[in-house]
Amino acid sequence: MCLAYPMQVMQLKGKHAVVDAQGIRREVNIEFLKGLKVGDYVMIHAGFAIERYDAKKARQTLEYVKEYMDGIRKSSKR
Amino acid sequence: MVYENLLRDKRAIRELIRRIESLKITRDVNIMEVCGTHTYTFFRFGLRKIMPSFVNLISGPGCPVCITEDIFIDKAILLAQEKKNVIATFGDLVRVKGTRSSLEQERAKGAHILVVYSPYEALDYARTHPEKRVIFLGVGFETTAPVIASVVKKAKEKKLKNFFLLTSHRLIPPAMQTLCEDKDIKIDGFICPGHVSAIIGQRPYESIVKRYRKGCVICGFEPFDMVLGIYLLLLQIKNNRPKMENEYKRVVNPRGNPLAEKLLREVFKVVDAPWRGFGIVRKSGLALHERYQDLDAHQLIRRNIHFERRKSEGCLCAEVVKGKIGPSQCPQFRKICTPQDPLGPCMISFEGTCRIYYEYGE
Repeated sequence: MCLAYPMQVMQLKGKHAVVDAQGIRREVNIEFLKGLKVGDYVMIHAGFAIERYDAKKARQTLEYVKEYMDGIRKSSKR
Repeated sequence: MVYENLLRDKRAIRELIRRIESLKITRDVNIMEVCGTHTYTFFRFGLRKIMPSFVNLISGPGCPVCITEDIFIDKAILLAQEKKNVIATFGDLVRVKGTRSSLEQERAKGAHILVVYSPYEALDYARTHPEKRVIFLGVGFETTAPVIASVVKKAKEKKLKNFFLLTSHRLIPPAMQTLCEDKDIKIDGFICPGHVSAIIGQRPYESIVKRYRKGCVICGFEPFDMVLGIYLLLLQIKNNRPKMENEYKRVVNPRGNPLAEKLLREVFKVVDAPWRGFGIVRKSGLALHERYQDLDAHQLIRRNIHFERRKSEGCLCAEVVKGKIGPSQCPQFRKICTPQDPLGPCMISFEGTCRIYYEYGE
């Protein structure tokens, strides 16, 4: 039940926002997050944005993936 | 840009597994994934099958429906039997059996059960149906509790007289502490729940690391996240340096979500609370704060009714939620207990360990 999905803020309406994920849109409560902007990504749980999704930090995790991929390339050269 | 799908790269995951193998840890290591959604990722993506055999993954208590006691269901059923009442709930809870019946069975007999995605739907229903009493079943961990708190606060602000909460919210870190203190369960480290952590941050786990010397890694829910989390834990174990690490930085702020926590403290108070399989866990439950007691559904239950804890008949969910046994060690699993005809909540909930084992393997 602690499932949460990343969705993008399309429109701000006070304590609510319209968010989108691959064309699926819904209105959610954003009272737990200050200073949201259109274009931000947020994690949605039970109709609420519970936290921001930080794309910059997501890229860092992907850097790890890249690092491990490099590991494969090196080992396959051996 | 959301990158979740890129975190399913098979080759990167295999490389990570290779590195886990190359750690050359010579003893068995027990890692508990606390959250049911993590258990789901392990199975759904076949990660258990590729994990080296020295890594034992133990599924923990992080399925709210699974740890909710029968008595809570009995109370909800009692309330459902009154014509004026509407029970509003998340879907998972409807099939869970109390001592004698389930909300699903009560619905078949005419009770009004409203299944909602967001508790605000229940609030709207109360607003548009003043002749009814809407009772929301507040079940869930730190991720869900602030959402419920927001709705309760709104109901109070709007002076709604027909919206009530029957609460059974639970907190994850006290249960982890109980597991650390249980001599029958040997856990070397925890994969900590990502979205609970989005609310509570890192600090509660830091005290578990310090007090019990168990590593804690907060993890995201994609396959690469989880295998990386296990790798980080194994590194800690190999170096005998337990610590708190956050693999899910793209969502989890070290301090959690202060606004959500503030609302939690305003609406709820922390109390000792029962968990299926655990008994009473100190300071692990949320009850409505005195300020909000006029919304407490307990006042709608007749005082002279005594709710009894029953002994489960053959169902070993209580052992499963604590990680004492795996589903396949339960004699009922797959034979008598199936998703179509479940004996206990671990087979009912989509996050239940037995349900996930049944659907995806072992």
